[in-house]
Amino acid sequence: MAGIEVTSLHKKYPDGTVAVEHVDLSIGDGELFVMLGPSGCGKTTTLRAMAGLERQTSGDIRIGRTLVNDLPPAERDIAMVFQFYALYPHLRTRDNLAFPLRAEGKPEKEVRERVAEVARMMQLERLLDRKPQRLSGGEQQRVALARALVRRPQAFLMDEPLTNLDAELRADVRTEIKHLQAELGTTMVYVTHDQVEAMSLGHRIAILNKGRVEQVGTPLEVYDRPASLFCAAFIGSPPMNLIEVQVAEGALHGPGGLVLTPPDGLPRDRSLVAGVRPEALEVTAPGADRTVPARVVSAEALGDEIIYVVDHGGGTDVRVRMPPTVRFAADEQVGLRHAGGTPPVYDTSTEELVA
Amino acid sequence: MGTVAAHGLRKSFGDVQALDGVDLDVPDGSFFVVLGPSGAGKTTTLRAIAGLEKLDGGSVHLDGRDATADTPAARDLAMVFQSYALYPRRTAYENIASPLRARKASSSDIAAAVQQVAALLHIERLLQRRPAQMSGGEMQRVALARALVRRPRAFLMDEPLTNLDLKLRVEMRTELTRIHRALGGTFLYVTNDQVEALSMADQVAVLRDGRVQQVGTPAEVYERPANQWVAGFVGSPRISLLSCRAEGDRLVGAQGWSLPRPRWTTAEDGRPLLLGLRAEDVSVEKRGDAALTGELYALEPLGDRTVVDVRVGSETVKVKARPSVTGTPGQRVSVTVDLDRAHIFDADTGLALSTSGR
Amino acid sequence: MAISIDEAVPGPATDDAPPERRRGGRGRMVVEVLLLTALAVAMLFPVLWMLETSIKENRDVYAVPAKFFDFQITLDHYKDVFVAPGGGQSDLSGSFLNSVIVAAASTVLATVLGVPAAWAYSRFTLKAKKDQLFFILSTRFMPPVVVVIPIFLMYRALGLIDSKLGLVLIYAAFNVPFTIWMMKGFVDEVPAEYEDAAMLDGYTRLQAFTKFTLPLLVPGIAATAVFALIFSWNEFVFAIFLTSSQEVRTAPPAIAGLIGGTTVDWGLVAASAVVFALPVLVFAYLVRKHLVAGVTLGAVRR
Repeated sequence: MAGIEVTSLHKKYPDGTVAVEHVDLSIGDGELFVMLGPSGCGKTTTLRAMAGLERQTSGDIRIGRTLVNDLPPAERDIAMVFQFYALYPHLRTRDNLAFPLRAEGKPEKEVRERVAEVARMMQLERLLDRKPQRLSGGEQQRVALARALVRRPQAFLMDEPLTNLDAELRADVRTEIKHLQAELGTTMVYVTHDQVEAMSLGHRIAILNKGRVEQVGTPLEVYDRPASLFCAAFIGSPPMNLIEVQVAEGALHGPGGLVLTPPDGLPRDRSLVAGVRPEALEVTAPGADRTVPARVVSAEALGDEIIYVVDHGGGTDVRVRMPPTVRFAADEQVGLRHAGGTPPVYDTSTEELVA
Repeated sequence: MGTVAAHGLRKSFGDVQALDGVDLDVPDGSFFVVLGPSGAGKTTTLRAIAGLEKLDGGSVHLDGRDATADTPAARDLAMVFQSYALYPRRTAYENIASPLRARKASSSDIAAAVQQVAALLHIERLLQRRPAQMSGGEMQRVALARALVRRPRAFLMDEPLTNLDLKLRVEMRTELTRIHRALGGTFLYVTNDQVEALSMADQVAVLRDGRVQQVGTPAEVYERPANQWVAGFVGSPRISLLSCRAEGDRLVGAQGWSLPRPRWTTAEDGRPLLLGLRAEDVSVEKRGDAALTGELYALEPLGDRTVVDVRVGSETVKVKARPSVTGTPGQRVSVTVDLDRAHIFDADTGLALSTSGR
Repeated sequence: MAISIDEAVPGPATDDAPPERRRGGRGRMVVEVLLLTALAVAMLFPVLWMLETSIKENRDVYAVPAKFFDFQITLDHYKDVFVAPGGGQSDLSGSFLNSVIVAAASTVLATVLGVPAAWAYSRFTLKAKKDQLFFILSTRFMPPVVVVIPIFLMYRALGLIDSKLGLVLIYAAFNVPFTIWMMKGFVDEVPAEYEDAAMLDGYTRLQAFTKFTLPLLVPGIAATAVFALIFSWNEFVFAIFLTSSQEVRTAPPAIAGLIGGTTVDWGLVAASAVVFALPVLVFAYLVRKHLVAGVTLGAVRR
């Protein structure tokens, strides 16, 4: 069992591209830590550096207390699960699972026991004698996971393992991974570009952008108070509404007359943007208390909620999340008001959180 | 102007039956979505309607006329491909102009039409660029523009948003709805994303293994699924299905639970049933008489809600809860059920049995 | 997903292993270089000798011990390739011309037939397509010499013996399967969606192919044509068997005909060989990038 420390990681390729600008991460022992970001943000490079598949240009990586910079992947005591399963196509499932142990030279009896144990954990018993070509995508991914498990490493590194699965299957395997990690208590570093995956899995999430870490926090921290405009736009579906505001008379005033509760200590003379989640706004009948007049641009009925796209004369349309019982038609005149708490406020030029 | 109908479409590729009798009736001017998992036959259906696939059986009717033998060009349809299929050696302008050039329109007519559609999609500044110089989102808009530049009988769209990142996808959904309202044309849209289907469609046809499972408005398909497969495919998180049977005035679960029998179920005693519960119709925070006990398996905080995964024996119940909910895996929880909003399916056929008064 | 180690990760900081590996590494490299040099010399020496022979005076050609460097250069042999002893066009230049005509015509024919066929195989589902394609490829498993006699008999019955048309036809017949196979790989690389989009735009299938797909296939066609050209140009067996007269003979049999009899004008033979090899070398160099693509296409499945 071990935490992972990444200090001042920097990776520059011979042709000049900088994959990782500067990354500091402190991953706790037994944590399910997610690295989230768009493609090219450096998350996969950082993971591969942790694994030893890429050598960083500078910076240190510690697994447990050991500095692993110079250790090849086989000696770092980590197991990796890839996006493309990477199962040996000529081996049956049970031999794929046994492979890492046999490679370590473990006695055959122990190999058999541990394979049986992990097959039971991942419900692979009836698939043990099949070759990968006779397994479905989901089954192959479970075998890949089991093969990582069987080694009982200090940490698991997962590189977007669910991307190739169907949407339905993804949700199921996601829950399994979460449950498994909680049960085993092994440190897990998980890389994804899917913010729903990140939110549902991680104990903590690190949001990466252009080779730097923009924010590290629990899902709720990252959701309620994103540290920058990038994080605000990246987490949450539909994305956060970004409303330009002015500080006046003890309140935040948005265009179109929208009024928001201001946080304390707001600087006055800067151009500011407030981040308002769709569920922090409300659409009502026109003329209701504290509302500004608005028009419904479109309504997306998603079954358990309705997302209204609303034009309140503020330049950009805002998205509002309402229960399915509240129905308005497109082009209907309505009232819009802020119903949530203090929104996070950002400086337009630095794009950082100011309050 | 633009009705599209498919009757009994049949198509196989080798020994894979891609289409197994697909029937569709797309009304003029509607935004009609064909929804299904990958491999369901959605793209094949669209290509058959476009005339790009030869059918083994069935017919395609456009504005009431049998068009099964027509070439793609003669069908007067426009299509947006999943991979955009923009001609790589031509500028955006040339790409968009292509349908008009093929039909020998005059240069001045072409220029006017291209400018108009470019303004509609906000891509005026891209017109002289080549596809290699455009981002995914920009290529998608150019592909859309190429489809919209004429006024064809109907617009066919093959999962056009799949290759875009989340933020763009959400924006484009609203865009497409706006464009549809502005143009008033018939849109036949294919996707495997049920959120897309629910948010944009006037009507949804749910496809599985080459057969249409249900056709209806998004609300109908969500609230009154025709069978347990549709109930499971539409809606996120997935509907929870629990094995049970009716016994007198109770529903008795295979995992040993017991709930009051909803008044509106007409299933006879003893028949194997599936109780369908949507995550928003169950609660771990409210109290009520109809409740199940189970073990907390996992918590998924999604920001605006937390999905609680509760294991009732070997079956799963997913519960939508407030974002601040916490718990420890393994602890006992009580799940209150709103039986008035539950679904009952026949366990053998999967068909929905009488629904509540919704 | 390939595992890539972009920089050598230094070995572990323990005492054993490194020294032996390093020494072994350098020694290995020396052996490799020696072996490759020997191979290169063995392969290139005949070519070098041929080049030298073509520019040596006749007396230097036969000199013993053999002269490598100190000889006078003469271009007389090259002149003799093209100019007959009494002035006017030589017989050899006539053979070269025949080679050009036959190779060009058979390449054009094979390409014109092969490209549409390749396109059809790539785009359409056909009965037993895999088997058909394998059958087509299998014609290349067989050394052409095996069917020389039946072809000879057929040609005699058809009156095609000793005719340029006969050669063109047989070369095209051998090139078409290869053209189909290689072009199919190139056509597969061009997404069928462009043609679909063009048809929906309002073009016919043929227009879609010519306007949108064909321009993208030009490099592939060039590479395929060069391969076909090389085969036709170098072909010897059928040329020897199916032609006899001076007017029809192509270069390979003509050059081979120079050898035999009492004295052989080796200088002329060498010069003819160099002249013969040159066009193909030039063509291959021009399309070298596409040659690699053609050979390796479809080799790696993603």
